[in-house]
Amino acid sequence: MEFLVASAIGVLSAAGIYLILRGRSFPVIIGMTFLSYGVNVFLFAMGRLAIDRPPIITSDAADYADPLPQALVLTAIVISFGMTALIVVLALRGFLETGSDRVDEGIPKLPEPAEERLTS
Amino acid sequence: MNILLLPILPLLAAIFPPLAIRSGRTFCAVAAALPAAAALLILAAAAPAVYRGETVRATYEWLPQVGLSFSLFLDGLGFFFAAMILGIGLLIVIYSRYYLSPKDPMGRFYAYLLLFQGAMVGVVVSDNILLLAVFWELTSLSSFLLIGYWRDLPEGRQGARMALVVTGGGGLLLLAGLLLLGQIAGSYELTEILQRGDMIKASPLYLPMLLLVLGGAFTKSAQFPFHFWLPHAMAAPTPVSAYLHSATMVKAGVFLMARLWPVLAGTEAWFLIVSMVGLITMLVGAWIALFKDDLKAILAYSTVSHLGLMTMLLGLGTPMAAVVAVFHILNHATFKAALFMSAGIVDHEAGTRDVRRLGGLLHLMPISATLALVAAGSMAGLPLLNGFLSKEMMLEEVVHTPYAGNPWIMPILATVGALLSVAYSARLAIETYLGPVRTDYPRHPHEPPVGLWLPVAVLVVPVIAIGVLPALIAGPVVERTALAVIGGQTLPSYYLALWHGFTPALMMSIVAFIGGAALLAASKPLDRLRLIVPRPEAKRIFDRALDGASRGARILVAALHTESLPRYFATIVVAIIVVGGTGFMTGSHAQGTRASLPVNGPALVIWATLLATSLAVVVLHPNRLLTLILTSLVGLGVSIAFIQFSAPDLALTQISVEVVMTILLLLALNLLPRTTPRETGWLRRAWDGVIACVGGLGLAGVAYALMTREFQSISQYHLAQSKPGGGGTNVVNVILVDFRGFDTFGEIIVLCIAALAIYALLDSSLRGAAARRLAEMRQGEEAADAHPLMLVVMTRVLLPLAMTVGAFIFLRGHNQPGGGFIAGLVIAIALLMQAMASGYVWTAERLRLNAHTMLGIGVLLAGLTGLGSLLFGRPFLTSTFGYVHLPVIGEFELASAMAFDTGVFFAVVGTVLLSLAQIARVSARAERKPVPAGPSDIQLRRPAAVAPPATVHGKEP
Repeated sequence: MEFLVASAIGVLSAAGIYLILRGRSFPVIIGMTFLSYGVNVFLFAMGRLAIDRPPIITSDAADYADPLPQALVLTAIVISFGMTALIVVLALRGFLETGSDRVDEGIPKLPEPAEERLTS
Repeated sequence: MNILLLPILPLLAAIFPPLAIRSGRTFCAVAAALPAAAALLILAAAAPAVYRGETVRATYEWLPQVGLSFSLFLDGLGFFFAAMILGIGLLIVIYSRYYLSPKDPMGRFYAYLLLFQGAMVGVVVSDNILLLAVFWELTSLSSFLLIGYWRDLPEGRQGARMALVVTGGGGLLLLAGLLLLGQIAGSYELTEILQRGDMIKASPLYLPMLLLVLGGAFTKSAQFPFHFWLPHAMAAPTPVSAYLHSATMVKAGVFLMARLWPVLAGTEAWFLIVSMVGLITMLVGAWIALFKDDLKAILAYSTVSHLGLMTMLLGLGTPMAAVVAVFHILNHATFKAALFMSAGIVDHEAGTRDVRRLGGLLHLMPISATLALVAAGSMAGLPLLNGFLSKEMMLEEVVHTPYAGNPWIMPILATVGALLSVAYSARLAIETYLGPVRTDYPRHPHEPPVGLWLPVAVLVVPVIAIGVLPALIAGPVVERTALAVIGGQTLPSYYLALWHGFTPALMMSIVAFIGGAALLAASKPLDRLRLIVPRPEAKRIFDRALDGASRGARILVAALHTESLPRYFATIVVAIIVVGGTGFMTGSHAQGTRASLPVNGPALVIWATLLATSLAVVVLHPNRLLTLILTSLVGLGVSIAFIQFSAPDLALTQISVEVVMTILLLLALNLLPRTTPRETGWLRRAWDGVIACVGGLGLAGVAYALMTREFQSISQYHLAQSKPGGGGTNVVNVILVDFRGFDTFGEIIVLCIAALAIYALLDSSLRGAAARRLAEMRQGEEAADAHPLMLVVMTRVLLPLAMTVGAFIFLRGHNQPGGGFIAGLVIAIALLMQAMASGYVWTAERLRLNAHTMLGIGVLLAGLTGLGSLLFGRPFLTSTFGYVHLPVIGEFELASAMAFDTGVFFAVVGTVLLSLAQIARVSARAERKPVPAGPSDIQLRRPAAVAPPATVHGKEP
């Protein structure tokens, strides 16, 4: 089982790294999501794997899974949502401002915009 | 009085002159003079103690951890310099009142001047050497401001910049040197360091430290080859030149060498470097001064020359030479400041400082001309004036000093220096003041107001008094100061007197006078000869060096700052791989002994699906919608993995986040291009693939290695204390809201900041270029029915159910899987469903609490819960719990952590709603097609008489 988890972490992260190296904003966002999956599972795995031992205190349980990495990963999941949302919005705003979703070159030097045109 | 006020008083009082200028120029000058006078009084109060041989000290802790304390001390040397700075400063304040024209912003001038005064006094009374470095840099900064005071003059700006670069750079060297010195001595307090001279001189770090400290001192005191900045600093108003660039600031370097004389001087390296640099500076400065035509330029180079003389004397390393150095510092300050002020008077009255256009001023302004002539005589070293005495003593010293085994080098060069000094002083005096009255001055000169010549007179009095009665007037000061310089050694027997008999020094003086006169007579042909020989132009070299540096910086920035995100990412990832790989290869590790868990069928299926989906995403990523669906499949797989490995809370969180994230990305994709264009370069993709594979392999390897090894968790404490200490059986939730509540508190604040940033980023996109692009964006026609009836009805029926589920998950969170984070996500999804089905506007209208309020409530509630524990004298976020009995419901548990969790809940709901609603609002902008204002809503009341339009054009009301 450990091998499965480790290889899954590797594949998720590799896919994430490959995608963040693309030149457009959307693959980069997806890549960040994949990296988050990989890293979250990695952190979670630091508490070692345990089956059927949820960290809920009961009188008859012999042992529990390590709760600390779980707590940390729980907040990490929520925070990575916040981060992804921010990146998505950055990408969106960038696209709306420049008309391009490329991230592998500088901001295109646009001609000065004509005077403000009222949109209905 | 406390000597702490000495530097602080002028620094703080700098604020008053700019305020006082409203009440007139004289009032402004008084506002500047009062703090200087007060500081001088405080200094005078300390005089008896200092002259009894005591050291007055004041110490305040500042950053004791790094050895920085606000400690000041006043001994003979500090007193001498502080008196000079404050005394001449007072005269300069008076002089400036009459010198500055009504057009000049006088308040600003005095503010800078007081800033400088405070900083300079700070330099000379600092006990802590780090504090000294701070004040040192402050003098460079205030000097910069004063040189560039006339902002519209390009020379002023350039001169200010050059001075700042040279002295500021030197200040950095000095800081490094002082840090080394503190390390060697084991203390940053000067009073301690000065006791440890032998130890410091014996240290292997002595030479680098010496070079760094001298770097600071030589740049500040304009020693060769850094002498070039001082003449350019003469673009400053003349009072500034008189004060900073002749009498005080440029002597900071000399002061530093005198201050550290007991611990630095006396070694071979000190003697060879310092005395020769001083001697060269003395000659170079005097030589250039001889051929300058601008009065201030002559004085500037003469200052360079005299600073060289003082440096050389300190470099000799004998106590007697130190005495002479102190004596000359005093004498030079008096006659040079007087001369500078006289140059200012000439400029003020005649409208030019060019000696070729001057002459005969003695007849037009007899008082100030006489004063200037006396000062010039002192500079030349005429008997009966103070300059003569210190020059004689200097010559006497060099006669006894062989340089590198040769007894002739020093005396001959010193005589040449004295000779040049005679020549340029005579030229200045003759060409400006003597000779016939001319008719072609730019302005017709007459005697200046008394406020201009009185400060000069005050300085000329000691020039003569010391010259005639040296032992009486200057004896005690020189003795006390020199004792402080040589620190602990006994003062050699000497006597300050006019007549020492026919000594070698007198002979050298006579040679200097005759030679100087001859040189002056031959100066015209000499000048022509000088102009033929190519000379290095310091300013051009400096400018070229500066240009080179900025060009280099630009090239470096262009190379590093490529504005390509993939390149930055690649750099980061490769760096991590290299660092991690190196660490892994070089470290040692134990054998993995932990038994593996057996593989089961479902796990294998999930694993295979995850792998296949990930690979599919990599291959198919140009199709963005498909990518998005596959990604959420991966998220689902990850949540199943969490269930498998006993993490129900994580699984719940992951799956709800997955839903929200997918909606978010769908909304964004609505506005972004639907496909990613194929990239052409296969080499580039292959290279990226290699990076990705190595990175993934590394992570997988580390994860596998760690998971197969035993470890000791710190969670035993949390497991044991969860129920008795935190009052909950769900340990993960108790950790979040109790054990590590502060972390969680920080995290919800981060979430709120992200949400607000999203709001701000998109809110402003409804204007400007982004708004135009939005308006141009044509949406497809596929959404014929924006709000399908089935979906609307279903979601509304589901809403109470979803809310109940959310409440249930929240309430049981402390004991069973659930809690604020998950409940927040579930409720947010329930609300989002409404927005998807019935429209953003419709939902927003019906929400009693808007998202901003929820964010505020969340953070406030969590924060107040945390603060509540302070009321009971417990640390922030200490939680408590108890059991409450209610009729009907029965006994249940109430924990203060519950309130904290409610805060978390609100922050999460607010964050999700705010970010998604904001994107939805922007994409609604792009929908040009009319959308129903109130989709499929049952009209409960009849429309008003003037019915609002049934449709809006992609705009919320």
